[in-house]
Amino acid sequence: MSEVTREGPETASRGEICAVAAAEAFRGDGEILASCFGIAPAIGARLAKATFEEDLLMTDGVCTVVDVPNPVSGPGHDLVVEAWLPFRAIFDHLWNGKRHVIMAASQIDRFGNQNFACIGEHAQPKAQLLGMRGAPGNTISHKTSYWVPNQTQKVFVEAVDVVSGVGNDRAAQLPATTTRGHCLGRVISNLAVYDFETPDGAMQLISLHPGVGLEEVIDNTGFPLIVPDEANIAQTRLPTAEELRLIRETIDPEGFLAREVAN
Amino acid sequence: MDKRTTEREAVSEIRDGMTIGIGGWGSRRKPMSIVREILRSSVKDLTVVTYGGPDVGLLCNAGKIKRLIYGFVSLDSIPLEPHFRKARQTGSIDAAELDEGMLQWGLLAASHHLPFLPTRAGLGSDVLSINPDIRLVRSPYEDGEKLVAMPALELDIAFIHMNRGDARGNGQYLGPDPYFDEMFCRAAKQSFMTVEKILKTEDMASAGPLQSRIINRTMVDGVIEAPGGAHFTECPPDYGRDEVFQKSYAATAKDEEAWLRFKAEYLDLENEAEYQAKVRLR
Repeated sequence: MSEVTREGPETASRGEICAVAAAEAFRGDGEILASCFGIAPAIGARLAKATFEEDLLMTDGVCTVVDVPNPVSGPGHDLVVEAWLPFRAIFDHLWNGKRHVIMAASQIDRFGNQNFACIGEHAQPKAQLLGMRGAPGNTISHKTSYWVPNQTQKVFVEAVDVVSGVGNDRAAQLPATTTRGHCLGRVISNLAVYDFETPDGAMQLISLHPGVGLEEVIDNTGFPLIVPDEANIAQTRLPTAEELRLIRETIDPEGFLAREVAN
Repeated sequence: MDKRTTEREAVSEIRDGMTIGIGGWGSRRKPMSIVREILRSSVKDLTVVTYGGPDVGLLCNAGKIKRLIYGFVSLDSIPLEPHFRKARQTGSIDAAELDEGMLQWGLLAASHHLPFLPTRAGLGSDVLSINPDIRLVRSPYEDGEKLVAMPALELDIAFIHMNRGDARGNGQYLGPDPYFDEMFCRAAKQSFMTVEKILKTEDMASAGPLQSRIINRTMVDGVIEAPGGAHFTECPPDYGRDEVFQKSYAATAKDEEAWLRFKAEYLDLENEAEYQAKVRLR
């Protein structure tokens, strides 16, 4: 009895809700490579693969595709390698398009232009961050979602300082052959879930995490956010008992998630 | 031909203002004994092409880099390279920041002696506005699509680090990922390979599978036996990253005194042998 109570959906932390929202971002993706920046997305991809998207491919974080990826925390297990995927093959793979990445965003605007290269003028930034990394090639080639563990007006901005990941307004200016692979999936933050399924490809709110009000989201968004039906805003779904068990016992036994998302 | 040489001889080939390529990736299998030798030299105004790690941080800190051509600079277990960040934030280097795949394309174009290779990577992003010298090309076929013409990244000298090699310049990696090392060599007029261990050619077969033999001797002008030469970056299966050492290196970026101590202890040394001895003594 106590077991059931411990795993009950009502015991889900904010981080676990985010991880499940990340898993949901992969729903329907089928047999593609799922890649992640951050702990909640890494848990989400493992959850999706273990439950409703079993054909997803995941890597060991180095250079092989593995059938059951290691936990994000705690001791690893013997990995069964499915394929070799060194960096050179990653570029071939991603330009080919069979991938969905959840990337980090130091800044993101309402059309999903993303920046994790630097803050300030690129010539001499106030803060140099990761650099362009693979964001330009990723976003033009395959599906991309974003994870924002701490949504504020400094992250959800009117205009990003540098565009590393290509947003929908910029993609719309390119010919259709060029953007054949461009597809923005979801934005998952510590507060809510968003997508870009609007006529002009602008970001819209699709669900609030339990305990978060619309006002809190708007206060932490630096651009006019589309809220489709204010009176009937969905709540981000709670993890199932099975999902909570997987997260707590198998995927994140040491609770790394709590370090990334405050409850 | 016996191509065995030393770090000092190899680095003496670098002239001020040259473009050099450095193999490896982030804090992985970097030719660090060469980087340390560059720090000891008087060479300056380099253009450096690399998937950057502590090689970039150290060269930035020593004021060796004029222009950096890169997709990222990271210490892997420490996501941001603090000495590189400092250089960027003080505007001390000219930064040609590319998409990671574009960098590969530029090396491949140079290694094929092509002027460019086309790609969609970069379109729609600010890679093109921050690199105004990169142009577009129209497909000559019916589609007529405009693509990024990633220019060849031609190198004067490339430096790579391999697990094993022979005296003639054949090289072998035994870790999980070849990175882009053979492209760096082919993109360069001259290449130097440091190796953990020089073997007789006939002994390389038992060291690893045929597919590990990615460097053939046409790609290499000089071979240097440098055990621990990739330290403190990882060089599996010979050794992992020296995380403790890397952490202390990274910490010096925030504290001038700590940096001077680190520099005196590990960099202001006569040669690589002294460095390796210091590292062993810790």
